[in-house]
Amino acid sequence: MKFPWGGKRARGNGDGGGRIVQGALQKVAHRPASISAFSSILAIVSGLLVGFVIMLIVNPGDAVPGFLTILFGWLSEGSRSVGDMLYFGVPIVLTGLSVAFAFRTGLFNIGATGQLTMGAFTAVYIGVNWGFLGAFHWIVAVLGGMIAGAVWGSIAGLLKAFRNVHEVVSSIMLNYIAMYMNTMLIVQLIYNRQYARARSPLPSAHIPTWFLRDIFPGSSVNIGIFIAIGLTILLHIILNRTVFGYELKSVGFNRDAAKYAGMNAKRNIVLSMTISGALAGIAGAIMFLVAGRHLEPVNQLMQEGFTGIAIALLGLSAPIGVFMAGIFYGALEQGGYYLQLYDFMPEIIDIIIAVIIYFSAFSLFIQTYVAGYLRRKLGAEVELQQGTEIK
Amino acid sequence: MSQTLGIVYFLFPLVVASMVPLALVALGALFSERSGVINIALEGIMVMGGFVGVMSIRYIEMATTLPPQLIAFLGLLIGAFAGFVFSFFHAYASINMKSNQIISATALNLFAPAIAVFVARTIFLSRRVVISGNYLIREVPILSDIPIIGRLFFTRAYLSTYLGVVIFAVLTIVLYKTRLGLRIRSCGENPHAADSLGVNIYKIRYIGVLISGALAGMGGVIFVLSFATRFDGTVVGFGFLALAVLIFGQWHPLKILYAAFFFAAMRVVASTYSGIPVLQDIRLPAEVYRMLPYVATLVVLAFVSKKSQAPRAAGEPYDVGKR
Repeated sequence: MKFPWGGKRARGNGDGGGRIVQGALQKVAHRPASISAFSSILAIVSGLLVGFVIMLIVNPGDAVPGFLTILFGWLSEGSRSVGDMLYFGVPIVLTGLSVAFAFRTGLFNIGATGQLTMGAFTAVYIGVNWGFLGAFHWIVAVLGGMIAGAVWGSIAGLLKAFRNVHEVVSSIMLNYIAMYMNTMLIVQLIYNRQYARARSPLPSAHIPTWFLRDIFPGSSVNIGIFIAIGLTILLHIILNRTVFGYELKSVGFNRDAAKYAGMNAKRNIVLSMTISGALAGIAGAIMFLVAGRHLEPVNQLMQEGFTGIAIALLGLSAPIGVFMAGIFYGALEQGGYYLQLYDFMPEIIDIIIAVIIYFSAFSLFIQTYVAGYLRRKLGAEVELQQGTEIK
Repeated sequence: MSQTLGIVYFLFPLVVASMVPLALVALGALFSERSGVINIALEGIMVMGGFVGVMSIRYIEMATTLPPQLIAFLGLLIGAFAGFVFSFFHAYASINMKSNQIISATALNLFAPAIAVFVARTIFLSRRVVISGNYLIREVPILSDIPIIGRLFFTRAYLSTYLGVVIFAVLTIVLYKTRLGLRIRSCGENPHAADSLGVNIYKIRYIGVLISGALAGMGGVIFVLSFATRFDGTVVGFGFLALAVLIFGQWHPLKILYAAFFFAAMRVVASTYSGIPVLQDIRLPAEVYRMLPYVATLVVLAFVSKKSQAPRAAGEPYDVGKR
């Protein structure tokens, strides 16, 4: 009775099939990580289900092939569509990492969209004007975007650390300031009057494609995917293998306790928001340092920052999970691109993402209550079985 | 002098038109936060209310020959109802499921424009929902003859302005002079104390969020009727601006009115500054004026947040066991 839901005793009796299922459930009930993964998958399934129901209502005949296109469209043109899936996924992986990194320090970076905007503008500005850099041009442009994003993120961090301003509120304001500033600076500095948009970055500033062009012929994928992989690994190491990462997480768990243990909570908050902003800034740079995509002075928030929130939640704020969730989003986006073949509007993807976010907000509830439910239920069964044994 | 007066006569109705939805939606946010639930889903709820309201107006216009102001009134009510229903999702997530209120609100903010554009494009093959747009009241009979005031308040006005004034006054009285208002405020300050006195925290918080949803939904329709003859699937950040109004107004109805006036004035200046002689000479880009409300809110936050007037329990799910 020491472990009423423990594995060994339960396995000792009961029939074979039930025993294995029960053992699996007990493992789920015991390990919080698998419970959270379960809640992520539940959120994804719910989102897809809502999307499917809406498609059934709009156009019952094409709903099934349309839905399959969303799920598997990324396979439909072979290496080309796989490459495009990666291309769509990369910025979302990066904004997802940005939001996730802040989450680990207990900060909610809803300002990724503003940081991304500042990063995108700075990168494009350098891409348009600093052609003298030659082979280093694109690297400097990405770094410029990173720094701009970092600066923008640090403002929210400084306000949080020193003036106790909630980072969500300050980030909302900073998002709109960035949006208007972007419009203003485009028109003042890098305007292409003929097309009413920002000028194109020089080819030397485009993110290179290296050998990816040969592997994924015809797709838009570039080495942004390697940057995303590299940063995922780097963040994984920082968070799990360094003192700095440990301090960040400690501040996230309990700011006062971390302070009592001698950690500089204020410094860690500022650093966390700065790094988070830097990641979003890189995302902005990678999004716009390509041929055929232009910054426009349209006063619209860039949705990629908000999608990052969904990806961070789905990836359980762990860098590797975020990477997988981001690529999953790329697949959806790529599927949505083919969806117009079936007379469905691509906004269905945004609807699915929104529903996924909504249900991932329930994750805490699902984790505590599903785990509790499983434990109670299994515990009761084990007791029952023990009872029959005694008889 | 007469030129200045002319400019005032020209600008004032524009400022009021911006101010009414801002103040109403900020008042909605006030109800939600006073009851203890942070609602940054206002933007999404406005989009949803605006979409459903404007769709209804479009169909009423096509099917009937009702007088325009009656159609506008129906549209406002339907929009409010849509916002009321939509905000239920936020209430359920934040109150029953004890979710992170920012996450569920973000979901609503993404969902509303997506579904609005999806439905509009599916039905009309365009994201735009077009209406006749004939809802301006040129002048109110008799009242518009009062000197100065008549011209300022009773010409070139919208039904929503008068409706908005009544709603704002009634709800302010409800919040500060009735038992329900006291309960709402207590749930945002100290829910455990309220609970110990027999107040049903969940019910009160539902009331707070749903009122904010209804006001934001109505605000979405007001936004469309006052600024455009079509709905594009967006309210261009008005919901978030209303949140800034709430903060700038330090969670107090009268100060919210001042804040809404200031923010509305900045919006109007941004779009008409070339017609205002003093500002014409300064030659600042319009975005500077558009940015100003957000910058001002940040500055206010930085200086007053240590003695903030925000409700103490706002944003925290209610947990009976936590004291």
